[in-house]
Amino acid sequence: MVSTEKQEEQKIWKLLEQVSDPEVPVLSVNDLGIIRKVEIINGEVIITITPTYSGCPAMDTINMDIRLKLIEHGYKNITFHSILSPAWTTDWMSEEGKRKLLEYGIAPPQYQSDKKGMKEENIECPQCHSHNTKLLSQFGSTACKALYQCYDCKEPFDYFKCH
Amino acid sequence: MDNSNVEMNQLLNYTLHLADTNLILAQRNGECCAYGPILEQDIAITNITLDLLGQARNFYQYAALITGNTATEDSLAYLRTEREYKNLLITEIPNIDWAQIVLRQFFYSVYQYEVFKHLQTGADTQLAAIAEKSIKETTYHVKWSSEWVIRLGDGTTESFEKINKALQNIWQYTGEFFIPADYEKNFIDYSTIKEKWISKIKIVLEEATLKVPENIFMQTGGKTGIHTEHMGFILSDMQYLQRTYPGAEW
Ligand SMILES: [Zn+2]
Repeated sequence: MVSTEKQEEQKIWKLLEQVSDPEVPVLSVNDLGIIRKVEIINGEVIITITPTYSGCPAMDTINMDIRLKLIEHGYKNITFHSILSPAWTTDWMSEEGKRKLLEYGIAPPQYQSDKKGMKEENIECPQCHSHNTKLLSQFGSTACKALYQCYDCKEPFDYFKCH
Repeated sequence: MDNSNVEMNQLLNYTLHLADTNLILAQRNGECCAYGPILEQDIAITNITLDLLGQARNFYQYAALITGNTATEDSLAYLRTEREYKNLLITEIPNIDWAQIVLRQFFYSVYQYEVFKHLQTGADTQLAAIAEKSIKETTYHVKWSSEWVIRLGDGTTESFEKINKALQNIWQYTGEFFIPADYEKNFIDYSTIKEKWISKIKIVLEEATLKVPENIFMQTGGKTGIHTEHMGFILSDMQYLQRTYPGAEW
C-alpha cells in the first residue's frame, strides 16, 4: 500500500512537469521550485505549494491548471495547501529551468539569494552573451523580473532577478 | 472576556492593522496605474502595489481565520466601515505629485522593513511566516524609493522644491508609526524600530540634501480608526463595486 502511494506521488511529480507558469510558459511549476510537497493520504492528493511573490496573480491560475491536469489523469480528490515559510527563493529553480529561461530570451538568476548586498550587475545578455549590460528598471513586466539593456547588441531584455 | 479572548482580539486587531495599512496604500498607489511619469516607473509603482496587495491578502486571510464564522478576506477588506479600519494615516494622503508618492512609499517601506524584521522572530508563527515572505519584497521597495528620494532631492531646483514640499506635508504622519495602540503591545516594541527608522531615513534624506523637519505637530488616530478627511472618499471608491453588486467576482 505504502509503496503504491509512493509510486503515485512520483507519477504526479512527472505530470507536474507538464504544468507551466502562465507568465513564463517555458518554465514548469517544478522548474520554478514552488511545489514543496506531493502526498497521497487515504486517496486524497495533497499538493503543498508556495507563492513566488505575495501578490503573484498567476498562483490561482497555477492551482487551477494543476487541478485540471490531475483530473485529466483520473485523480479526483485534490487539495492544495499554501505555505509561506520557508519563503520561496530563486535558489529552488532547477538548472534545467535556468537553461530554458536563457533559451527563451530571459536572463536566469545569476547568484545565490544569500549573497545579500550583491549588486545585480553585468548580467549576461541572453541574445549575444555580452556582460556589458545595464539595469533599466528593477521592476519589469512581471514581479519576478527586472528590465536590462545590452550595450553591445543594444537589445533590452528581461532578467529573472535573484529573490 | 476572559484572558484568551482578550489576546485573540488583540491578535485580530493587530493583523487587521497590518492588512489595512497595506490595502489603503495599495488603493492609493493603484491610482497611478497608467499615470506614471514614464512607462518603467508606472510599471514599478504598480508592481510595488501588487506586492502590498498580496501581503494584505495574506494578513486578511489570517484575520478571517481568527474571526471565524463567515468572515473572508473579501468581507474584511470591502465590507467594514471607516471607523473599523486601522491603517496608518500616511496611506491616505492624496497623490498630489510624484514627489509625494515616492516619499510616502519611502517612509512606509523603511518602516515596514523594520516591522517585518521584528515580526519574523515573533511568537506568532503565521505573522512570522508572512513577514519572512514579505520582507524580501519590501527590500526592493526600500531600494527603489530611496533612489527616487535622492534623485529628486539632489536633482534640479524644481525637483528639490517638490520633494521638500512633500516632506513638509508628509512628516506629520510619521509620528504615529511608533505609538503603540493597546492591541499592539504583545507583538511589537517600537523603541528600537524607531531608532533604526530614523537613522536609515536620515542617511537618505541627507544624500538628498533634505532636512528632517523639527517641531512639527504629529497627527495620530489611524491605528484606532480615526482617519483623515480623505478616508471616506477612498472607501467609497474601493467599496462601491462590492456594495452595489454584493459578492461580484471576475
Ligand atoms: Zn546583447
